[in-house]
This record gives sequence, C-alpha cells and structure tokens, in this order.
Amino acid sequence: MNVIANEDGCGVLVVGASAAGLATAEALRRKGYRGGLTVLGAEPHLPYDRPPLSKQVLSGAWDPERAHLRPQAALSALDAEFVLADPAVGLDPAARTVHTASGRALRADAVVVATGLRPRTLPGQADLAGVHVLRTLDDALALRADLLASSRLVVVGEGVLGAEIAATAHGMGLEVTMAGPQPAPMTSQVGPLVAGLLAELHTERGVRLRLGAGVSRLSGHRGKVTGVCLDTGEVLPADVVVVAIGADPATGWLASSGLRTDNGLVCDSRCRAAEGIYAVGDVARWHHDRLGVSLRLENRTNAMEQADTVAANILGDDQPYRPVPYFWTDQFDARIQVHGVLPAGAEVTVTDGDLASRRFVALYRHDGRVTGVLGWNMPKQTRLRRQEVVDALPDLAPALR
Amino acid sequence: MKVTIDQDRCVASGQCVVAAAEVFDQRDEDGVAVLLNPDPPAEQAADVRHAAVVCPALAIHIEE
Ligand SMILES: Cc1cc2nc3c(=O)[nH]c(=O)nc-3n(C[C@H](O)[C@H](O)[C@H](O)COP(=O)(O)OP(=O)(O)OC[C@H]3O[C@@H](n4cnc5c(N)ncnc54)[C@H](O)[C@@H]3O)c2cc1C
Ligand code: SF4
Repeated sequence: MNVIANEDGCGVLVVGASAAGLATAEALRRKGYRGGLTVLGAEPHLPYDRPPLSKQVLSGAWDPERAHLRPQAALSALDAEFVLADPAVGLDPAARTVHTASGRALRADAVVVATGLRPRTLPGQADLAGVHVLRTLDDALALRADLLASSRLVVVGEGVLGAEIAATAHGMGLEVTMAGPQPAPMTSQVGPLVAGLLAELHTERGVRLRLGAGVSRLSGHRGKVTGVCLDTGEVLPADVVVVAIGADPATGWLASSGLRTDNGLVCDSRCRAAEGIYAVGDVARWHHDRLGVSLRLENRTNAMEQADTVAANILGDDQPYRPVPYFWTDQFDARIQVHGVLPAGAEVTVTDGDLASRRFVALYRHDGRVTGVLGWNMPKQTRLRRQEVVDALPDLAPALR
Repeated sequence: MKVTIDQDRCVASGQCVVAAAEVFDQRDEDGVAVLLNPDPPAEQAADVRHAAVVCPALAIHIEE
C-alpha cells in the first residue's frame, strides 16, 4: 500500500467541497485512511446537494438546509478540516501545493480536484439585473426571490436544466417561455422521440416553447432586463431571465499548473492527472478503458461512484473507473431516468408500457446494439433493463465516437 | 446493522437494488425504495454500505 505520509501534516487535500469532493473524503475514511484530510471550498456553505436546487429548493418545497449533504455531526465525525470561502487560485503539481485566494499555501501528498463546473453566460449578462444562472445555492435563492416578485420568465436553454427550471417556475405561477436552438427540449440528450413528448408535456401544462431559434442577445432598460432577442428578430418580453446554456469545467485555476485541461482535467483510466493529482466529478475527463473513450459525466451518481474509485487509488489500489452512466430529471409529474448512453440517431424501441400513457421504458440501439435505456415514470422497470446496457458496455465505443 | 430509508428523499434510482438486491427493492408503481430486510446479516453488510454510498438522494441510513 502506497501509504500517505502524515508526519508532516500533509495528507490529502480535496479542492471543491461539494458532492464529489465530500464523497472522496468520506470514501477515504471508510476505507480506513486516518491521515490528514483537508477539504477546500470556494463557497461559504457546508457541502450541499445540487439536484434539489432546480426542483424542491427553487419551488420552496424544501428549506435550503434540507439540501445539505450531511448534518454537522456527520461532518465533524469525518475528522476533516473544512476550509471554506477560499477558492484555490493555483496548483504546483510537483510540490503538490495549492494556493488560495486568501494567500494560503496548502501542501499535500495527494491533491483531488473536485471543482465542478461554471455556468456559461451570455454577452452583457453581468450588467443587467434580473438575469440569472443556476449552479449554486445562492443562485437558487436569488432566482427564487426574483421569481416570487415577477410574472414573466424566459428560460434561455432547452437542455435538462432549462427544462427543469421552466417546469418548476411554471408551478410557482409564472408565465414561462423556453427558448433555444433545438427543435424540442433535451433533443440532443434523449433524441427526437422523447424530446417530442417533453415538448407536448411542457406545452400542455402552459409553458410557451419558442424553440428552433438561436438567442442573439438580451435587451434591457436602465440596467434591468426586459427581454430576450432571438435570431429571427423576435423579442420575448421578460421580467426575469435564466440562462441555462450549459457549463464549462472549473479549471481556470489550473491554467499555470502545466496539467492538461481539455474540456475538463484530463486523467488516465485511474482518474489520475499526474503523480499524486486526481480529478473527480463533473470536472474530470478520464479514460473509460472498457469503452475506449475519454469521458466526462455531469451527473450526481458519477460524483459518488468516481469518488469511491479515486479514494481507493489514492490509498494504493489500481482501479480503473468503468461506470454505467446514469442520470435522472424531474419535470412536472414526469420522472425520466437514463442508464447508459443515448447516441444521436439511435433507434428507439418501447419495451414496457406505452408512450400515450406516459409510462414507458425505451431501449436505444446504435447499429443494432443496445447503448442505453430510458424510462419515463417507470423507475423499477427501467432499472430491470439496466443489465442489458451493462452487458452491452464493451460494444458501446462506436456509438460514443 | 439497522437500515432505514427516507422514502420522501428517495428519487427511485434503483442504485440500492443494484448494490444489494437481498435488502432493497422498488415499488412497482413509482420505483420508491422499500426495505426487504431492515436488519441484514453480516455477509450482506458490505453491499448495504455500498448501497448507502451510491444512493444519489442520501436516503439510506445505517446504524452499525
Ligand atoms: C440545478 C442543478 C440540478 C441538477 N439536477 C440533477 C439531477 O436531477 N440528476 C443528476 O444526476 N444530476 C443533476 N445535477 C448535476 C449534479 O448536481 C452534479 O453532477 C454534481 O453536483 C457534481 O458534483 P461535483 O462535486 O463534481 O461538482 P459541483 O457540485 O459543481 O461542486 C464543485 C464545488 O467546487 C467549488 N469550487 C469551484 N472552483 C473552486 C476553486 N477554485 N477552489 C475551491 N473550490 C472550488 C464550487 O464552489 C463547488 O462547491 C444538477 C446540477 C444542478 C446545478
Ligand atoms: S438508491 Fe436511494 S434514491 Fe435510489 S432507489 Fe435506492 S433509496 Fe431511492
């Protein structure tokens, strides 16, 4: 076992105090690591969970405290030092030293990069009041406060986050318009058939879809947003705008580290970016050796599962990380779950339930081979099909290229 | 080992069943997790701990 020297108080430093970072710290302890453990986070909050932010926290169904990942007692029992509200600004990989905004220099034997993503923004967005992104708890509370005082919301972005925000805000009584270049919500994630059903669902519930046109800019008056201008010349009037056009890995602070970043911190199949430097969660691009491709996943289960592998490897194991991707989304009364991958152009077959009753399981095939399974309000039946995806995993590579 | 599930938090992912099918199942109608055995034997303990780790809703609690 590749023991972590702790006599000098170094140990493991996790940068990013959220799902993946906390899960790594917990996995280290669970696996018997007793050395020094520091978790550095940019936000002032103790670790909290993000999926509820666009759902229960935004709607007000949950108090923000309910989104915390662990109660204070569990965090204390972890015996880790949490250094919060102090973003990392640089990493020296050879010395394994992380420099922070407040001037700390934290040295460690192993550094885990778990800094997640930063939402993309539109030009001019920063200068206009009433325009939001949604990534953090503070974002969610600011957006909620604005929604409660407004009547018209435009969501820029028709991906999973945009579609969830549209559904939640509609439930809060707002007039909601969703804009984006794809023909239907989540087309690139779930394909045209299921995206079409999502479009029907949103329309039926009263969300206005203005899809299939790019957004050219935001319009404003006296520093406050007034609308969203489309490529077609149309202007969608708004009191509040949410920009949900995707997010980029938060690797800016690694720019001078010499580590390779390319849509994420690039790692080998063991989630290792360099000797003693690992990445985990949304920020990590690693080599899935069974698929033969380099992958980066942005979902909740990946954060936990990858953390388990990273912790094992820090402690001297040599485990490749080979997950079956999984994500879910909740929109209105629809719970959609996906195991595996759904490549563009996949052939879709309904295997359980039926589309009309909005309760079904669909298998996705590429060149005749199963690549993924999608369920709509049929969680158990969807999970039962997961094994077909697991069995097909080694054959997925062509579908991912 | 005593296991409990917070069904209000559960998001019906089924990860617990994949990890420990002897201890967890899902309701047919909505996929919410149910406990088959709240007091699993020692040989299942590791799988149950793994289930709690991979649960994306942190809905599984274990008292050792
Ligand atoms: C609104 C929302 C809804 C979602 N819903 C779902 C869902 O329904 N299902 C699903 O599967 N997934 C969902 N996700 C995705 C899921 O939340 C993420 O995959 C998960 O949070 C990834 O965890 P992470 O720890 O890798 O990254 P993050 O959760 O982004 O955490 C990274 C942390 O690092 C900190 N950080 C960044 N830079 C620095 C720095 N320089 N120094 C120190 N700290 C830094 C950040 O402040 C942050 O706290 C959702 C995400 C969002 C935002
Ligand atoms: S793993 Fe967690 S969220 Fe998923 S079904 Fe089991 S208890 Fe529910």
